[in-house]
Amino acid sequence: MNIAEYKGVFVFAQQVDNELSGIGFELIGKGKELAQELGTEVTAVLVGSDVKGLADELAAYGADKVILVEDPELKEYRTEPYCHALSSVIEKYKPDIFLIGATAIGRDLAPRVCARVHTGLTADCTVLEIGDYPINPMPGKEQLHNQLLMTRPAFGGNTIATIACPDFRPQMATVRPGVMQKLPKVEGAKAVIEEFNPGFTPNDKYVEILEVVKAVTDTIDIMDARILVSGGRGVGSEENFKLLEDLAEAIGGTVSCSRAVVDAGWKSKDLQVGQTGKTVRPNVYFAIGISGAIQHLAGMEESDLIIAINKDETAPIFDVADHGIVGDLNKILPALTEKIKAERAANK
Amino acid sequence: MKIVVCIKQVPDTKGGVKFNPDGTLDRGAMLSIMNPDDKAGLEAALRLKDEYGAEVTAITMGLPKAEEVLREAIAMGADKGILVTDRVLGGADTWATSQTLAGAIRNLEYDLIITGRQAIDGDTAQVGPQISEHLNIPVISYAQKLQIEGDSVIVERQYDDRYHVLKAKMPCLITALAELNEPRYMTPGGIFDAYDAEITVWGRANLVDTLDSDLGLKGSPTQIAKASDKVRKGAGEKVTLDPTEAVDYIIDNLKAKHVI
Repeated sequence: MNIAEYKGVFVFAQQVDNELSGIGFELIGKGKELAQELGTEVTAVLVGSDVKGLADELAAYGADKVILVEDPELKEYRTEPYCHALSSVIEKYKPDIFLIGATAIGRDLAPRVCARVHTGLTADCTVLEIGDYPINPMPGKEQLHNQLLMTRPAFGGNTIATIACPDFRPQMATVRPGVMQKLPKVEGAKAVIEEFNPGFTPNDKYVEILEVVKAVTDTIDIMDARILVSGGRGVGSEENFKLLEDLAEAIGGTVSCSRAVVDAGWKSKDLQVGQTGKTVRPNVYFAIGISGAIQHLAGMEESDLIIAINKDETAPIFDVADHGIVGDLNKILPALTEKIKAERAANK
Repeated sequence: MKIVVCIKQVPDTKGGVKFNPDGTLDRGAMLSIMNPDDKAGLEAALRLKDEYGAEVTAITMGLPKAEEVLREAIAMGADKGILVTDRVLGGADTWATSQTLAGAIRNLEYDLIITGRQAIDGDTAQVGPQISEHLNIPVISYAQKLQIEGDSVIVERQYDDRYHVLKAKMPCLITALAELNEPRYMTPGGIFDAYDAEITVWGRANLVDTLDSDLGLKGSPTQIAKASDKVRKGAGEKVTLDPTEAVDYIIDNLKAKHVI
């Protein structure tokens, strides 16, 4: 592998139902910053069927170029054709860096791609920087410059590791959604598009999609919410989440939950905060009846203001809460909702 | 039907997490367990065994001590346990780990390989899909439901806002979510069998079609530049109040931050 041949920052512009996912814009934002440091460009790789119309939106968020891979086989996400698309793009265009969202799609796609092209992959990164490897000079080891340093939590968020990929290209990372910032949208931007189709011939690795079942949800994405009213097992039942929904409505927030709640079937997976759910950073995070397993804390501890209500005074959630109230949520929540309504009415 | 289940012994980060006075993780005080997603994968294999009849082989890569999780797997109902252990395999990243496991699995006949979605120590979710690529078979990750139909598997594959019902021809690799099922307990008879069971131990020499340059720390494309224990933000105020006082307390703090 001639590393000097590999140039540019590429990002995977994930789309579902021909609608771009926010993570793609976040990756472009971060990719642009890395590209500027390296004196190169950021290229978005858009894969799907009939998705050309999305390219300008990628340009509006800062993509210098869009590589478009369109084929009817790519209509719904499937591992093999998408892996073939990205691997072929990597072989042809030889990017230095390739970033993919750590979504349910990206975390399936990225490992298969890196196994095919033989390079390293760092999962679920929260910080990406350009720097030296080794970070400090070491006798007998050449210090390489302009390396991608990828930082990620491990051990359920208890350890932070910074990883490099010195001898293989592209340097690949999946990036946790909600962590990187997208750039301000430039209206009217036009994409520079390069179309590329490596050919898609179904084989045994093309699995068959028998059915697509969409969860019905009309709530906003919890990662975009300014105020989250989040419930755990301590809420007690699916019905009792009404108390949280009332509070959320009164204060202009959105309901989210812990993994225990999803496991119990009270709420759908897209509302789950934590290591295996979503990372959130709202202005206010209410943790109601959430004990605060380490995996949950990893997904919400960066919130600006954390208010916890729990009847167990030893609950670990109190270790990260700015304001912790030991008490009965069934009594506190209805009164709090009424009081907030009254305050809001008085301020009108 | 022959099923291979990949399992990993991990430190228990759930519940029993212990901290040192300086806020870092006290690893010595933590127990070793079978990784939860892997246990769900094993349970899925055992249910297929119950329903259709299957030979279930549990395989793990790790230190000699990792034999414990193989005995646990046998006590739950697995037929065989294989430990892949060798000094030259140490320090492996997911690329080198998946090469090792693929090299070991090439010795075996299989219709289905099941891995957990991710291990709770590394949380990468990479090894399963990477094994499938090295073995050139299809992968379905994030399986929340699994059944067999002729020479195919039918799997519900979870996404953020939907699931796909997928059909793949075997051999195939599935990565299991802990939500897939509630793993069974070890049975007294099973524990007895497990105690006596012979664990197959393989080293570097047993890996098929595997290059030295793909193994261990030296074969790992990713290298750790720096690692540190995370310093958490300290606790704020904790108060015990009656409901009316609690409401006033929350309102005052929301006002102080101009939330209301």
